[in-house]
Amino acid sequence: MADTLHDAEQRLIEDFSMLEEWNDRYEYIIDLGRALPEYPDELRTEDREVHGCQSQVWLDARYDNGRLQFRADSNALITKGLVAMLVNLYSGRTAAEIRSATLDFLREIGLASHLTPSRVNGLQAMFQRIQRHAEEYVSPQSVS
Amino acid sequence: MNVNAGKTRTGAPLDVEGLRRDFPILDQTIYDGKPLVYLDNAATSQKPKAVIEALTDYYTRYNANVHRALHYLGEQATARFEETRAKVAAFLNAPSERNIVFTRGTTESINLVAYAWGRANIENGDVILATGMEHHSNLVPWQILARAQGAELQLVPVLEDGTLDRDAFNSSLSPKVKLLAVTHMSNVLGTINPVKGLAAAAHEVGAKVLVDAAQSVPHMAVDVRDLDADFMAFSSHKMCGPTGAGVLYAKETLLESMDPFMGGGEMISRVNDDYSTWADLPYKFEAGTPNIADVIAFGVAVDYLSGIGMEAIHEYERDLTAYAVGRLEEVPGLRVFGHAPERGGAVSFEIEGLHPHDLSQYVDQQGVAIRAGHLCAQPLMRRLGVPAVSRASVYFYNTEREIDCLTDALRRACQFFGHG
Repeated sequence: MADTLHDAEQRLIEDFSMLEEWNDRYEYIIDLGRALPEYPDELRTEDREVHGCQSQVWLDARYDNGRLQFRADSNALITKGLVAMLVNLYSGRTAAEIRSATLDFLREIGLASHLTPSRVNGLQAMFQRIQRHAEEYVSPQSVS
Repeated sequence: MNVNAGKTRTGAPLDVEGLRRDFPILDQTIYDGKPLVYLDNAATSQKPKAVIEALTDYYTRYNANVHRALHYLGEQATARFEETRAKVAAFLNAPSERNIVFTRGTTESINLVAYAWGRANIENGDVILATGMEHHSNLVPWQILARAQGAELQLVPVLEDGTLDRDAFNSSLSPKVKLLAVTHMSNVLGTINPVKGLAAAAHEVGAKVLVDAAQSVPHMAVDVRDLDADFMAFSSHKMCGPTGAGVLYAKETLLESMDPFMGGGEMISRVNDDYSTWADLPYKFEAGTPNIADVIAFGVAVDYLSGIGMEAIHEYERDLTAYAVGRLEEVPGLRVFGHAPERGGAVSFEIEGLHPHDLSQYVDQQGVAIRAGHLCAQPLMRRLGVPAVSRASVYFYNTEREIDCLTDALRRACQFFGHG
Protein backbone atom coordinates (compact mmCIF):
# COMPACT_ATOMS: atom_id res chain seq x y z
CA MET A 1 0.00 0.00 0.00
CA ALA A 2 1.60 3.21 -1.19
CA ASP A 3 -0.25 5.85 0.79
CA THR A 4 0.15 6.42 4.49
CA LEU A 5 -2.50 5.76 7.08
CA HIS A 6 -2.96 9.51 7.33
CA ASP A 7 -3.66 9.72 3.57
CA ALA A 8 -6.22 6.95 3.82
CA GLU A 9 -7.98 8.65 6.71
CA GLN A 10 -8.04 11.94 4.80
CA ARG A 11 -9.63 10.21 1.83
CA LEU A 12 -12.38 8.83 4.05
CA ILE A 13 -12.94 12.27 5.55
CA GLU A 14 -13.25 13.75 2.03
CA ASP A 15 -15.65 11.05 0.90
CA PHE A 16 -17.87 11.59 3.91
CA SER A 17 -17.80 15.37 3.53
CA MET A 18 -19.64 14.96 0.25
CA LEU A 19 -22.44 12.98 1.88
CA GLU A 20 -24.78 15.37 3.61
CA GLU A 21 -27.82 13.17 4.15
CA TRP A 22 -27.64 10.56 6.90
CA ASN A 23 -29.07 7.88 4.62
CA ASP A 24 -26.34 8.57 2.05
CA ARG A 25 -23.76 8.03 4.78
CA TYR A 26 -25.41 4.77 5.78
CA GLU A 27 -25.46 3.70 2.17
CA TYR A 28 -21.78 4.52 1.79
CA ILE A 29 -20.93 2.52 4.93
CA ILE A 30 -23.07 -0.43 3.81
CA ASP A 31 -21.37 -0.41 0.41
CA LEU A 32 -17.97 -0.65 2.11
CA GLY A 33 -19.21 -3.80 3.80
CA ARG A 34 -20.64 -5.25 0.62
CA ALA A 35 -17.29 -4.78 -1.13
CA LEU A 36 -15.46 -6.93 1.44
CA PRO A 37 -14.22 -10.30 0.14
CA GLU A 38 -16.32 -13.20 1.35
CA TYR A 39 -15.41 -14.29 4.86
CA PRO A 40 -14.63 -18.03 5.06
CA ASP A 41 -17.02 -20.03 7.24
CA GLU A 42 -14.17 -21.86 8.97
CA LEU A 43 -13.01 -18.51 10.39
CA ARG A 44 -16.30 -17.95 12.23
CA THR A 45 -14.76 -19.15 15.46
CA GLU A 46 -15.29 -18.08 19.03
CA ASP A 47 -11.78 -16.60 19.32
CA ARG A 48 -12.38 -14.46 16.21
CA GLU A 49 -15.66 -13.06 17.51
CA VAL A 50 -15.39 -9.45 18.66
CA HIS A 51 -17.33 -8.96 21.88
CA GLY A 52 -18.55 -5.53 22.84
CA CYS A 53 -20.41 -5.13 19.58
CA GLN A 54 -24.18 -5.46 19.73
CA SER A 55 -24.23 -7.59 16.61
CA GLN A 56 -21.97 -10.48 15.72
CA VAL A 57 -18.59 -9.47 14.32
CA TRP A 58 -15.72 -11.73 13.28
CA LEU A 59 -12.21 -10.50 12.69
CA ASP A 60 -9.33 -12.58 11.39
CA ALA A 61 -5.76 -11.32 11.33
CA ARG A 62 -2.68 -12.80 9.76
CA TYR A 63 0.90 -11.69 9.43
CA ASP A 64 2.38 -11.71 5.98
CA ASN A 65 5.74 -10.29 4.90
CA GLY A 66 5.95 -7.91 7.82
CA ARG A 67 2.41 -6.62 7.34
CA LEU A 68 -0.94 -7.42 8.90
CA GLN A 69 -3.86 -8.57 6.78
CA PHE A 70 -7.38 -8.44 8.17
CA ARG A 71 -10.58 -10.13 7.14
CA ALA A 72 -13.92 -9.45 8.79
CA ASP A 73 -17.64 -10.02 8.67
CA SER A 74 -20.82 -9.14 10.53
CA ASN A 75 -24.42 -10.24 10.29
CA ALA A 76 -25.62 -6.62 10.40
CA LEU A 77 -25.08 -4.44 7.35
CA ILE A 78 -24.12 -1.19 9.06
CA THR A 79 -21.79 -2.96 11.46
CA LYS A 80 -20.21 -4.85 8.59
CA GLY A 81 -19.60 -1.55 6.82
CA LEU A 82 -17.93 -0.12 9.90
CA VAL A 83 -15.61 -3.06 10.35
CA ALA A 84 -14.88 -2.91 6.60
CA MET A 85 -13.81 0.70 7.04
CA LEU A 86 -11.26 -0.40 9.65
CA VAL A 87 -10.13 -3.40 7.61
CA ASN A 88 -9.54 -1.12 4.59
CA LEU A 89 -7.61 1.37 6.71
CA TYR A 90 -5.33 -1.07 8.49
CA SER A 91 -4.88 -4.08 6.18
CA GLY A 92 -1.42 -4.20 4.58
CA ARG A 93 0.17 -1.97 7.21
CA THR A 94 2.96 -2.75 9.63
CA ALA A 95 2.25 -3.47 13.26
CA ALA A 96 4.03 -0.26 14.19
CA GLU A 97 1.83 1.83 11.88
CA ILE A 98 -1.31 0.28 13.31
CA ARG A 99 -0.05 0.82 16.85
CA SER A 100 0.21 4.54 16.14
CA ALA A 101 -3.38 4.77 14.86
CA THR A 102 -6.28 6.41 16.69
CA LEU A 103 -10.00 6.66 16.00
CA ASP A 104 -9.88 10.47 16.03
CA PHE A 105 -10.83 10.63 12.36
CA LEU A 106 -14.32 9.34 13.28
CA ARG A 107 -15.13 12.69 14.79
CA GLU A 108 -14.12 14.44 11.58
CA ILE A 109 -16.35 12.29 9.40
CA GLY A 110 -19.24 12.99 11.74
CA LEU A 111 -19.83 9.33 12.42
CA ALA A 112 -19.94 9.70 16.16
CA SER A 113 -23.09 11.81 15.90
CA HIS A 114 -24.82 9.44 13.50
CA LEU A 115 -24.08 6.25 15.33
CA THR A 116 -25.48 5.42 18.70
CA PRO A 117 -22.99 5.29 21.60
CA SER A 118 -23.28 1.52 21.86
CA ARG A 119 -22.44 1.35 18.17
CA VAL A 120 -19.41 3.52 18.72
CA ASN A 121 -18.44 1.18 21.50
CA GLY A 122 -18.68 -1.66 19.03
CA LEU A 123 -16.29 0.21 16.82
CA GLN A 124 -14.01 0.68 19.82
CA ALA A 125 -14.07 -3.05 20.47
CA MET A 126 -13.15 -3.77 16.84
CA PHE A 127 -10.37 -1.20 16.98
CA GLN A 128 -9.02 -2.64 20.21
CA ARG A 129 -9.00 -6.12 18.70
CA ILE A 130 -7.01 -4.83 15.74
CA GLN A 131 -4.62 -3.09 18.14
CA ARG A 132 -4.16 -6.30 20.10
CA HIS A 133 -3.20 -8.16 16.95
CA ALA A 134 -0.73 -5.42 16.05
CA GLU A 135 0.75 -5.62 19.53
CA GLU A 136 1.36 -9.35 19.13
CA TYR A 137 3.44 -8.67 16.05
CA VAL A 138 5.40 -5.68 17.27
CA SER A 139 7.45 -8.27 19.10
CA PRO A 140 7.33 -11.04 16.50
CA GLN A 141 8.08 -13.95 18.86
CA SER A 142 4.39 -14.59 19.47
CA VAL A 143 2.46 -16.31 16.74
CA SER A 144 -1.28 -16.73 16.81
CA MET B 1 -58.11 6.60 15.49
CA ASN B 2 -59.19 5.45 18.88
CA VAL B 3 -56.95 6.93 21.55
CA ASN B 4 -59.68 7.03 24.15
CA ALA B 5 -60.17 3.33 24.61
CA GLY B 6 -59.07 3.14 28.26
CA LYS B 7 -61.22 4.22 31.15
CA THR B 8 -59.98 6.04 34.21
CA ARG B 9 -60.98 5.04 37.69
CA THR B 10 -64.01 7.27 37.46
CA GLY B 11 -65.03 5.60 34.21
CA ALA B 12 -64.06 8.61 32.09
CA PRO B 13 -61.99 7.92 28.98
CA LEU B 14 -58.20 8.12 29.23
CA ASP B 15 -57.15 11.60 28.09
CA VAL B 16 -53.90 10.57 26.41
CA GLU B 17 -53.18 13.94 24.83
CA GLY B 18 -53.62 15.56 28.22
CA LEU B 19 -51.40 12.98 29.91
CA ARG B 20 -48.71 13.51 27.27
CA ARG B 21 -48.46 17.13 28.37
CA ASP B 22 -47.24 15.87 31.75
CA PHE B 23 -44.13 14.46 30.01
CA PRO B 24 -41.95 17.33 28.77
CA ILE B 25 -39.51 14.94 27.08
CA LEU B 26 -42.14 13.65 24.65
CA ASP B 27 -42.71 17.09 23.20
CA GLN B 28 -39.57 17.49 21.10
CA THR B 29 -38.16 16.94 17.66
CA ILE B 30 -34.85 15.14 17.12
CA TYR B 31 -32.29 14.94 14.31
CA ASP B 32 -33.62 17.19 11.53
CA GLY B 33 -36.97 18.07 12.99
CA LYS B 34 -38.42 14.58 13.35
CA PRO B 35 -41.00 14.35 16.15
CA LEU B 36 -39.73 11.96 18.83
CA VAL B 37 -41.65 8.69 18.98
CA TYR B 38 -40.59 6.83 22.10
CA LEU B 39 -41.40 3.11 21.93
CA ASP B 40 -38.76 1.72 24.29
CA ASN B 41 -40.83 1.78 27.46
CA ALA B 42 -39.99 -1.78 28.48
CA ALA B 43 -36.40 -0.57 28.87
CA THR B 44 -37.37 2.52 30.84
CA SER B 45 -40.40 4.80 30.98
CA GLN B 46 -40.39 8.56 30.73
CA LYS B 47 -41.03 10.71 33.81
CA PRO B 48 -43.89 13.13 34.40
CA LYS B 49 -43.15 16.68 35.56
CA ALA B 50 -44.41 15.93 39.06
CA VAL B 51 -41.70 13.27 39.52
CA ILE B 52 -38.95 15.49 38.13
CA GLU B 53 -40.09 18.33 40.40
CA ALA B 54 -40.14 16.06 43.45
CA LEU B 55 -36.42 15.41 42.95
CA THR B 56 -35.60 19.11 42.76
CA ASP B 57 -37.92 19.86 45.64
CA TYR B 58 -36.17 17.34 47.89
CA TYR B 59 -32.71 18.73 47.19
CA THR B 60 -33.94 22.32 47.34
CA ARG B 61 -35.98 22.18 50.55
CA TYR B 62 -35.39 19.19 52.80
CA ASN B 63 -32.30 17.15 51.88
CA ALA B 64 -31.14 15.27 54.98
CA ASN B 65 -30.31 11.73 55.96
CA VAL B 66 -33.24 9.59 56.99
CA HIS B 67 -34.10 7.67 60.16
CA ARG B 68 -31.42 9.10 62.43
CA ALA B 69 -31.45 12.88 62.23
CA LEU B 70 -33.14 14.55 65.17
CA HIS B 71 -33.76 17.77 63.32
CA TYR B 72 -36.39 19.36 61.15
CA LEU B 73 -34.98 18.46 57.73
CA GLY B 74 -34.23 14.90 58.75
CA GLU B 75 -37.77 14.43 59.99
CA GLN B 76 -39.20 15.84 56.76
CA ALA B 77 -37.04 13.56 54.65
CA THR B 78 -37.81 10.51 56.79
CA ALA B 79 -41.53 11.19 56.67
CA ARG B 80 -41.57 11.51 52.87
CA PHE B 81 -39.30 8.48 52.43
CA GLU B 82 -41.55 6.32 54.61
CA GLU B 83 -44.63 7.69 52.85
CA THR B 84 -43.40 6.03 49.67
CA ARG B 85 -43.17 2.73 51.51
CA ALA B 86 -46.79 3.05 52.59
CA LYS B 87 -47.85 4.06 49.07
CA VAL B 88 -46.09 1.08 47.52
CA ALA B 89 -47.61 -1.29 50.09
CA ALA B 90 -51.08 0.03 49.27
CA PHE B 91 -50.37 -0.06 45.52
CA LEU B 92 -49.59 -3.79 45.75
CA ASN B 93 -52.23 -4.54 48.41
CA ALA B 94 -49.40 -5.75 50.64
CA PRO B 95 -50.31 -6.47 54.27
CA SER B 96 -48.00 -3.76 55.62
CA GLU B 97 -45.03 -1.50 54.99
CA ARG B 98 -42.89 -4.12 56.72
CA ASN B 99 -43.16 -6.18 53.53
CA ILE B 100 -41.54 -3.48 51.40
CA VAL B 101 -37.74 -3.36 51.12
CA PHE B 102 -36.21 -0.60 49.01
CA THR B 103 -33.40 -1.67 46.68
CA ARG B 104 -31.69 -0.21 43.63
CA GLY B 105 -34.02 -2.10 41.32
CA THR B 106 -35.35 -5.48 40.21
CA THR B 107 -31.90 -6.98 39.75
CA GLU B 108 -30.79 -6.11 43.27
CA SER B 109 -34.10 -7.32 44.71
CA ILE B 110 -33.68 -10.74 43.10
CA ASN B 111 -30.04 -10.98 44.11
CA LEU B 112 -31.01 -10.11 47.66
CA VAL B 113 -33.32 -13.14 47.72
CA ALA B 114 -30.76 -15.37 46.01
CA TYR B 115 -28.16 -14.58 48.66
CA ALA B 116 -30.09 -13.92 51.85
CA TRP B 117 -32.79 -16.56 51.38
CA GLY B 118 -31.22 -18.85 48.79
CA ARG B 119 -27.94 -19.64 50.51
CA ALA B 120 -29.78 -20.63 53.70
CA ASN B 121 -32.59 -22.60 52.08
CA ILE B 122 -31.33 -24.19 48.87
CA GLU B 123 -29.35 -27.36 49.42
CA ASN B 124 -27.44 -29.91 47.44
CA GLY B 125 -29.86 -31.80 45.15
CA ASP B 126 -32.68 -29.23 45.38
CA VAL B 127 -34.31 -27.88 42.24
CA ILE B 128 -34.80 -24.22 41.34
CA LEU B 129 -37.47 -23.90 38.69
CA ALA B 130 -37.39 -20.89 36.34
CA THR B 131 -38.72 -20.49 32.81
CA GLY B 132 -37.34 -20.20 29.30
CA MET B 133 -38.57 -16.62 29.03
CA GLU B 134 -36.74 -15.08 31.99
CA HIS B 135 -34.74 -11.89 31.77
CA HIS B 136 -31.11 -12.50 32.72
CA SER B 137 -31.90 -10.72 36.02
CA ASN B 138 -34.16 -13.59 36.98
CA LEU B 139 -31.86 -16.29 35.67
CA VAL B 140 -28.21 -15.52 36.34
CA PRO B 141 -28.66 -15.09 40.14
CA TRP B 142 -30.22 -18.59 40.22
CA GLN B 143 -27.39 -20.01 38.11
CA ILE B 144 -24.91 -18.62 40.64
CA LEU B 145 -26.96 -19.94 43.56
CA ALA B 146 -27.46 -23.38 42.01
CA ARG B 147 -23.75 -23.73 41.35
CA ALA B 148 -22.81 -22.59 44.86
CA GLN B 149 -25.26 -24.93 46.57
CA GLY B 150 -25.06 -27.93 44.26
CA ALA B 151 -28.68 -27.45 43.24
CA GLU B 152 -30.20 -27.93 39.81
CA LEU B 153 -31.73 -25.12 37.78
CA GLN B 154 -34.52 -26.23 35.45
CA LEU B 155 -36.29 -24.06 32.88
CA VAL B 156 -39.95 -24.54 31.97
CA PRO B 157 -40.09 -24.49 28.15
CA VAL B 158 -41.89 -21.81 26.13
CA LEU B 159 -44.44 -22.89 23.52
CA GLU B 160 -44.68 -21.58 19.98
CA ASP B 161 -47.37 -19.01 20.85
CA GLY B 162 -45.20 -17.54 23.61
CA THR B 163 -47.01 -19.16 26.54
CA LEU B 164 -45.43 -21.47 29.09
CA ASP B 165 -45.68 -25.22 28.62
CA ARG B 166 -48.07 -26.00 31.48
CA ASP B 167 -47.71 -29.76 31.08
CA ALA B 168 -43.95 -29.52 31.35
CA PHE B 169 -44.37 -27.20 34.34
CA ASN B 170 -46.67 -29.64 36.08
CA SER B 171 -44.36 -32.58 35.50
CA SER B 172 -41.37 -30.57 36.77
CA LEU B 173 -43.04 -30.11 40.13
CA SER B 174 -41.79 -32.34 42.91
CA PRO B 175 -40.86 -31.96 46.56
CA LYS B 176 -37.30 -31.30 45.38
CA VAL B 177 -38.41 -27.96 43.90
CA LYS B 178 -37.67 -25.32 46.54
CA LEU B 179 -38.20 -22.20 44.45
CA LEU B 180 -40.20 -21.13 41.42
CA ALA B 181 -38.75 -17.96 39.85
CA VAL B 182 -41.06 -16.68 37.14
CA THR B 183 -41.64 -13.47 35.24
CA HIS B 184 -45.10 -11.97 35.48
CA MET B 185 -44.76 -10.49 32.03
CA SER B 186 -42.10 -11.36 29.45
CA ASN B 187 -40.00 -8.38 28.36
CA VAL B 188 -39.62 -10.02 24.94
CA LEU B 189 -42.89 -11.80 24.14
CA GLY B 190 -45.23 -9.65 26.20
CA THR B 191 -46.76 -12.84 27.60
CA ILE B 192 -48.54 -12.35 30.91
CA ASN B 193 -48.00 -15.58 32.83
CA PRO B 194 -50.79 -17.05 34.98
CA VAL B 195 -48.73 -16.45 38.10
CA LYS B 196 -51.55 -17.10 40.54
CA GLY B 197 -52.08 -20.64 39.26
CA LEU B 198 -48.37 -21.34 38.95
CA ALA B 199 -47.80 -20.12 42.51
CA ALA B 200 -50.60 -22.29 43.89
CA ALA B 201 -49.16 -25.38 42.18
CA ALA B 202 -45.63 -24.58 43.36
CA HIS B 203 -46.86 -24.02 46.92
CA GLU B 204 -48.47 -27.44 46.90
CA VAL B 205 -45.07 -29.08 46.60
CA GLY B 206 -43.66 -26.76 49.26
CA ALA B 207 -41.75 -24.39 46.97
CA LYS B 208 -41.49 -20.64 47.46
CA VAL B 209 -42.40 -18.34 44.58
CA LEU B 210 -40.51 -15.29 43.35
CA VAL B 211 -42.25 -13.13 40.77
CA ASP B 212 -40.25 -10.81 38.52
CA ALA B 213 -42.81 -8.06 38.15
CA ALA B 214 -40.57 -5.49 36.43
CA GLN B 215 -42.81 -5.49 33.35
CA SER B 216 -46.18 -6.05 35.02
CA VAL B 217 -46.43 -3.68 37.99
CA PRO B 218 -45.96 -0.59 35.73
CA HIS B 219 -48.78 -1.63 33.42
CA MET B 220 -51.53 -3.39 35.38
CA ALA B 221 -53.05 -3.73 38.82
CA VAL B 222 -51.00 -6.29 40.74
CA ASP B 223 -52.24 -7.68 44.03
CA VAL B 224 -49.52 -9.60 45.87
CA ARG B 225 -51.98 -11.19 48.26
CA ASP B 226 -54.21 -12.42 45.47
CA LEU B 227 -51.22 -13.84 43.56
CA ASP B 228 -49.86 -15.25 46.83
CA ALA B 229 -46.29 -14.41 45.79
CA ASP B 230 -43.63 -15.03 48.43
CA PHE B 231 -41.25 -12.56 46.81
CA MET B 232 -41.88 -9.93 44.16
CA ALA B 233 -39.33 -7.63 42.54
CA PHE B 234 -39.76 -4.52 40.39
CA SER B 235 -38.15 -1.19 39.53
CA SER B 236 -39.25 2.41 39.85
CA HIS B 237 -37.79 3.56 36.53
CA LYS B 238 -40.13 1.48 34.39
CA MET B 239 -43.17 3.03 36.10
CA CYS B 240 -42.59 6.78 35.73
CA GLY B 241 -40.20 6.96 38.68
CA PRO B 242 -36.45 7.68 38.81
CA THR B 243 -33.73 5.14 38.13
CA GLY B 244 -31.84 3.63 41.04
CA ALA B 245 -34.86 2.75 43.16
CA GLY B 246 -36.69 -0.54 43.29
CA VAL B 247 -38.71 -2.79 45.52
CA LEU B 248 -38.52 -6.22 47.01
CA TYR B 249 -41.86 -7.31 48.38
CA ALA B 250 -41.65 -10.38 50.61
CA LYS B 251 -43.89 -12.14 53.08
CA GLU B 252 -43.08 -11.07 56.61
CA THR B 253 -42.29 -14.56 57.95
CA LEU B 254 -39.70 -14.99 55.20
CA LEU B 255 -38.07 -11.63 55.85
CA GLU B 256 -38.01 -12.44 59.57
CA SER B 257 -36.28 -15.75 58.93
CA MET B 258 -33.64 -14.30 56.61
CA ASP B 259 -30.24 -12.96 57.59
CA PRO B 260 -29.24 -9.56 56.21
CA PHE B 261 -27.90 -9.28 52.68
CA MET B 262 -25.42 -6.52 53.51
CA GLY B 263 -24.08 -5.29 56.79
CA GLY B 264 -23.51 -1.66 57.72
CA GLY B 265 -25.28 1.37 59.08
CA GLU B 266 -29.07 1.63 59.35
CA MET B 267 -29.65 -2.11 59.49
CA ILE B 268 -28.53 -2.83 63.05
CA SER B 269 -30.20 -2.75 66.40
CA ARG B 270 -27.12 -3.05 68.59
CA VAL B 271 -23.50 -3.47 67.58
CA ASN B 272 -21.17 -5.18 70.04
CA ASP B 273 -17.46 -5.67 69.47
CA ASP B 274 -17.88 -9.10 67.96
CA TYR B 275 -21.53 -9.42 66.93
CA SER B 276 -24.60 -7.36 66.21
CA THR B 277 -28.33 -7.68 66.35
CA TRP B 278 -30.48 -6.62 63.46
CA ALA B 279 -32.91 -3.79 63.08
CA ASP B 280 -36.62 -4.41 62.61
CA LEU B 281 -38.17 -5.15 59.25
CA PRO B 282 -37.67 -3.91 56.66
CA TYR B 283 -34.60 -1.91 57.78
CA LYS B 284 -32.59 -5.08 58.36
CA PHE B 285 -32.26 -5.24 54.57
CA GLU B 286 -31.49 -1.58 53.93
CA ALA B 287 -27.85 -1.14 54.91
CA GLY B 288 -26.27 2.26 54.39
CA THR B 289 -27.86 5.56 53.42
CA PRO B 290 -30.68 4.72 51.02
CA ASN B 291 -31.49 6.42 47.73
CA ILE B 292 -33.63 9.01 49.49
CA ALA B 293 -34.41 11.43 46.67
CA ASP B 294 -35.31 8.77 44.15
CA VAL B 295 -37.45 6.81 46.59
CA ILE B 296 -39.38 9.96 47.49
CA ALA B 297 -39.92 10.79 43.80
CA PHE B 298 -40.91 7.17 43.21
CA GLY B 299 -43.74 7.75 45.67
CA VAL B 300 -44.91 10.62 43.49
CA ALA B 301 -44.82 8.28 40.47
CA VAL B 302 -47.00 5.78 42.34
CA ASP B 303 -49.47 8.58 43.11
CA TYR B 304 -49.42 9.62 39.47
CA LEU B 305 -50.21 6.12 38.23
CA SER B 306 -52.85 5.58 40.90
CA GLY B 307 -54.46 8.85 39.83
CA ILE B 308 -54.88 7.54 36.30
CA GLY B 309 -55.86 4.08 37.51
CA MET B 310 -54.02 0.87 36.69
CA GLU B 311 -57.13 -0.76 35.20
CA ALA B 312 -57.51 2.14 32.77
CA ILE B 313 -53.84 1.95 31.84
CA HIS B 314 -54.02 -1.80 31.28
CA GLU B 315 -57.17 -1.53 29.19
CA TYR B 316 -55.79 1.28 27.03
CA GLU B 317 -52.49 -0.54 26.48
CA ARG B 318 -54.29 -3.75 25.60
CA ASP B 319 -56.09 -1.97 22.76
CA LEU B 320 -52.97 -0.11 21.66
CA THR B 321 -50.92 -3.32 21.68
CA ALA B 322 -53.52 -5.14 19.58
CA TYR B 323 -53.41 -2.22 17.15
CA ALA B 324 -49.59 -2.34 17.05
CA VAL B 325 -49.45 -6.09 16.45
CA GLY B 326 -52.00 -5.74 13.65
CA ARG B 327 -50.19 -2.86 11.94
CA LEU B 328 -46.79 -4.52 12.29
CA GLU B 329 -48.02 -7.75 10.75
CA GLU B 330 -49.10 -5.79 7.67
CA VAL B 331 -45.44 -4.97 6.95
CA PRO B 332 -44.22 -7.46 4.32
CA GLY B 333 -41.79 -10.05 5.70
CA LEU B 334 -42.42 -9.04 9.32
CA ARG B 335 -43.01 -11.68 11.99
CA VAL B 336 -44.17 -10.90 15.54
CA PHE B 337 -42.84 -13.18 18.27
CA GLY B 338 -45.42 -14.23 20.82
CA HIS B 339 -49.17 -14.32 20.50
CA ALA B 340 -50.22 -15.19 24.02
CA PRO B 341 -53.90 -14.53 24.66
CA GLU B 342 -52.99 -12.50 27.76
CA ARG B 343 -50.26 -10.08 26.81
CA GLY B 344 -48.79 -6.68 27.58
CA GLY B 345 -47.30 -4.01 25.38
CA ALA B 346 -43.82 -5.38 24.62
CA VAL B 347 -43.93 -6.45 20.98
CA SER B 348 -40.85 -8.16 19.52
CA PHE B 349 -40.49 -8.85 15.84
CA GLU B 350 -38.12 -9.55 13.01
CA ILE B 351 -38.14 -8.65 9.33
CA GLU B 352 -36.88 -11.41 7.10
CA GLY B 353 -33.32 -10.79 5.92
CA LEU B 354 -32.86 -7.61 7.96
CA HIS B 355 -30.70 -7.43 11.06
CA PRO B 356 -32.50 -5.84 14.03
CA HIS B 357 -29.59 -3.47 14.62
CA ASP B 358 -29.72 -2.15 11.08
CA LEU B 359 -33.45 -1.75 11.46
CA SER B 360 -33.33 0.08 14.79
CA GLN B 361 -30.61 2.46 13.59
CA TYR B 362 -32.59 3.26 10.50
CA VAL B 363 -35.87 3.96 12.29
CA ASP B 364 -33.97 5.94 14.92
CA GLN B 365 -32.90 8.37 12.21
CA GLN B 366 -36.59 8.89 11.55
CA GLY B 367 -37.25 9.79 15.16
CA VAL B 368 -38.53 6.42 16.33
CA ALA B 369 -36.88 4.83 19.38
CA ILE B 370 -37.15 1.05 19.56
CA ARG B 371 -34.89 -1.58 21.08
CA ALA B 372 -32.85 -4.19 19.26
CA GLY B 373 -30.71 -6.99 20.57
CA HIS B 374 -31.02 -10.12 22.68
CA LEU B 375 -33.03 -8.08 25.21
CA CYS B 376 -31.20 -9.73 28.11
CA ALA B 377 -32.92 -13.00 27.28
CA GLN B 378 -30.38 -15.12 25.44
CA PRO B 379 -31.97 -18.50 26.29
CA LEU B 380 -35.24 -17.26 24.79
CA MET B 381 -33.43 -15.97 21.68
CA ARG B 382 -32.04 -19.47 21.15
CA ARG B 383 -35.54 -20.88 21.57
CA LEU B 384 -36.85 -18.43 18.95
CA GLY B 385 -33.91 -19.33 16.71
CA VAL B 386 -32.68 -15.75 16.28
CA PRO B 387 -29.55 -13.93 17.58
CA ALA B 388 -31.55 -10.78 18.25
CA VAL B 389 -34.96 -9.18 17.78
CA SER B 390 -36.40 -5.70 17.42
CA ARG B 391 -38.86 -4.60 20.07
CA ALA B 392 -41.42 -1.82 20.28
CA SER B 393 -42.93 -1.37 23.73
CA VAL B 394 -45.76 0.99 24.60
CA TYR B 395 -46.92 2.89 27.65
CA PHE B 396 -50.15 4.74 28.32
CA TYR B 397 -48.82 7.93 26.73
CA ASN B 398 -48.24 6.32 23.33
CA THR B 399 -50.80 6.70 20.56
CA GLU B 400 -51.96 4.89 17.44
CA ARG B 401 -50.44 7.72 15.40
CA GLU B 402 -47.03 6.83 16.88
CA ILE B 403 -47.51 3.17 15.93
CA ASP B 404 -48.21 4.39 12.39
CA CYS B 405 -44.91 6.36 12.47
CA LEU B 406 -43.13 3.14 13.43
CA THR B 407 -44.65 1.05 10.68
CA ASP B 408 -44.02 3.77 8.09
CA ALA B 409 -40.37 3.94 9.20
CA LEU B 410 -40.07 0.15 9.01
CA ARG B 411 -41.44 0.12 5.45
CA ARG B 412 -38.89 2.77 4.45
CA ALA B 413 -36.14 0.71 6.09
CA CYS B 414 -37.18 -2.33 4.02
CA GLN B 415 -36.89 -0.23 0.88
CA PHE B 416 -33.54 1.25 1.90
CA PHE B 417 -31.87 -2.03 2.80
CA GLY B 418 -33.60 -3.87 -0.03
CA HIS B 419 -31.70 -1.92 -2.66
CA GLY B 420 -29.15 -0.19 -0.39
